[in-house]
Amino acid sequence: MSENTPKINTNAPAPPGFEGEGFFATNLNNLIGMARSLSLWPLPFATSCCGIEFMATMGPNYDLARFGGERMSFSPRQADVLMVCGTISKKLGPILKEVYTQMAEPKWVIAVGACASSGGIFDSYSVLQGIDRVIPVDVYVPGCPPRPEQILEGFMQVQALAESESLRRRDLPQYKELLESFNIN
Amino acid sequence: MEFTNNFILEAITREFPETVISSSEPYGMLTLEIKKQDLKKVVHHMKDSSLGFNFLTDICGIHHPETPEKELGVIYHLHNLVENLRVRLKVFMPFENAEVDSLVELFAGANWMERETFDFYGIKFKGHPDLRVILNDPGLGYHPMLKQYPLEDGTRTDKDDVMFGR
Repeated sequence: MSENTPKINTNAPAPPGFEGEGFFATNLNNLIGMARSLSLWPLPFATSCCGIEFMATMGPNYDLARFGGERMSFSPRQADVLMVCGTISKKLGPILKEVYTQMAEPKWVIAVGACASSGGIFDSYSVLQGIDRVIPVDVYVPGCPPRPEQILEGFMQVQALAESESLRRRDLPQYKELLESFNIN
Repeated sequence: MEFTNNFILEAITREFPETVISSSEPYGMLTLEIKKQDLKKVVHHMKDSSLGFNFLTDICGIHHPETPEKELGVIYHLHNLVENLRVRLKVFMPFENAEVDSLVELFAGANWMERETFDFYGIKFKGHPDLRVILNDPGLGYHPMLKQYPLEDGTRTDKDDVMFGR
């Protein structure tokens, strides 16, 4: 055996709280945030080359499972993170919006790559100039296509969002306004 | 008689003396410009006679704004699979009420190709069973390959034209 055997740490750090003999006290927000952030189910919406990079991200080399995202949900109703990987044409826009609408709260969106973020090189009559024209986006991953490390970084950003998000955020009038500004609901 | 470009050209001019406007052979492929109203007759003849052009490879449109009488065109690629010989047919028409006979009755594969040509150039195909937009968003409302429309997306706000030299 070599000396540098990897040490596998299966324990996520506990949220801030009070610890004593036989008890641990924290607030529910932190606990649920931690649980959510470590079991985000992604819904891959892969349309082009970014989808290939996403497949590499899923594979054993990069292994999205390390971040709690190994369970791909191909039904939007059970998914937490919508990962839009690739060019979205204007004809596909309403379909993407419908998929987003079918996801249950809480939900997050990652725009993977230049095309999903801004239309990329396709400055064209047929291509949607960024998916934030039809649905709200939480994290933008730049790159054409981005490397798997970048996609993982984007996923970790969503983890950070999920961990720190207030449980009441989705009930706030600001959030409703945000959705209404996209004509959702 | 050997099955060559000249043989085909002669056979077509013998059958339709008035139809062929011009002919050329770019890269060895026989290319005929024919009268628009004779298109269906010519293709029918080429398919069902001994010429045997039994495969329609492609239909596409073209837009030449600089030639008003021949502004819009439709180009047909036919293939004789037995002799492995290809022929290109071109028809041109003015922009207003551009319409040409549909070939769906002769080649079922013409259906979607004609819909595509209609989608991008607005050329109507007389006798087409279901002439709808096929590739673009149905709500697009215009025919984007016509030269009067810019290629770039007009709704884009994040690009400063000065920086891109436009």
